[in-house]
Amino acid sequence: MSKRTVIPFGPQHPVLPEPVHLDLVIEDEKVVEAVPSIGFVHRGLEKLVEKREFPEMVYVIERICGICSFGHGWGYCRSVEGNMSIEIPDRAQFLRTIWHELSRIHSHLMWLGLLADAFGFESLFMHCWRVRETILDIFEETTGGRVIFSVCKVGGVRRDIDGEELKRIVDILAKLKDEIKKLADVFFDDYSVRNRLCGVGYLSKEDAKELCAVGPMARASGIRQDMRLDGHGAYPYLDFEPVLEEGGDSYARCKVRIREVFQSIELIAKAVKRIPVGEISAPVKGNPSGEFIARMEQPRGEAYYYSKGSGSKFLARMRVRTPTNMNIPAMVKTLQGCDLADVPMLILTIDPCISCTER
Amino acid sequence: MTEALYRIQNFVPIQASELLNKVRDMKSDGQRLGQICCTKVEEGFEILYSFDKDHVLTNLRLTVPEDEAVQSVTGVYWPAFIYENEMQDLFGVKFKNMALNYEGRFFKVSEPTPWNPQK
Repeated sequence: MSKRTVIPFGPQHPVLPEPVHLDLVIEDEKVVEAVPSIGFVHRGLEKLVEKREFPEMVYVIERICGICSFGHGWGYCRSVEGNMSIEIPDRAQFLRTIWHELSRIHSHLMWLGLLADAFGFESLFMHCWRVRETILDIFEETTGGRVIFSVCKVGGVRRDIDGEELKRIVDILAKLKDEIKKLADVFFDDYSVRNRLCGVGYLSKEDAKELCAVGPMARASGIRQDMRLDGHGAYPYLDFEPVLEEGGDSYARCKVRIREVFQSIELIAKAVKRIPVGEISAPVKGNPSGEFIARMEQPRGEAYYYSKGSGSKFLARMRVRTPTNMNIPAMVKTLQGCDLADVPMLILTIDPCISCTER
Repeated sequence: MTEALYRIQNFVPIQASELLNKVRDMKSDGQRLGQICCTKVEEGFEILYSFDKDHVLTNLRLTVPEDEAVQSVTGVYWPAFIYENEMQDLFGVKFKNMALNYEGRFFKVSEPTPWNPQK
């Protein structure tokens, strides 16, 4: 047996914009075990429900993460609305869905750029982020913000998007699709990209189930699991099937995300076609006193938003379980047996968001 | 049109003595562990185990006194180590037979059990 060495990975590392630590047990150049450690920047945002009234708490929850910020806000609002049995107007459901799918496009494009950067394809990284800017421009035009939007509130949304603007968004996305297609061809067919991704970090369907993987990590191993299928928002009207791949490796995870970008563009076009006219928010009366769990399909996977009311303006408990939390066990599993040189890229393929994890 | 499955919440109260068997039943039924969450209540801790099958949620609710150690479910669902260590670090919940115990070092907290400060 070769000598085992423990190599500390992180909390600071070029591929990690946020701190997470792994003790990598190495035998020759192969990883035999990885022990994760988090909590370096844990903020305890959930605890703030004791000091912030439930309508104000949306602003805090949105700040869990700057990438899936809208989804966090929506998840929290859905949880409180379920708690208080508030029915949201259909137009608000469609608007929320459109913003959420735009967030998925921008998140996946950002991730694709980071992945390209991790395997040294700088120009591909820059093109992914250039295309992503268009989505951020749409956010700015429709919400006033590029990162944190603050358009979601308990009871609905704060801003409407008029018909002309919605059509313009669909046109912009149709043009963007051609640009993304060019990027997708590189990710799918380029020899050097395939060389770095194919067969790397394999996670079987059985392991993905056993390790309770979520999001693209699970779907790339052939598991049909997508919280958009639970009937919330405008998704029941959009008639879609989750993107699935069977490969289970880093290439399959990359493919799922690229295909999801195209799917989100289609979902937005469908939503714009079917969006009804009407109110964008419902009145909120009283205080939450029950409990409710809302689940969202964030770009990284399933997220939980549990609210427990106290009958006052302050919730007794707010719990957010983010997708990266749930994918840590699967990440640890895929690291076992991989080459030391593949570790940074493999960690990236779960699309870790430490901001979310350290909520 | 998809059924509104998100409305099904299923909160099932259970006793500490039946926790492991119930969790094993969930596993054999093909349920996926979604999350475990702790809330500080008057009686001690309220721990919520959430499971998912085909996008339908089931939650087991366990209420235990603060000084009582809870049976770890990591033997059934290994990924539960994430949540058990979190509850141990933030609330001071005690667990028996954890498959992976960071012994209070999973989160880097500046004071012990910050969400349940000791008097």
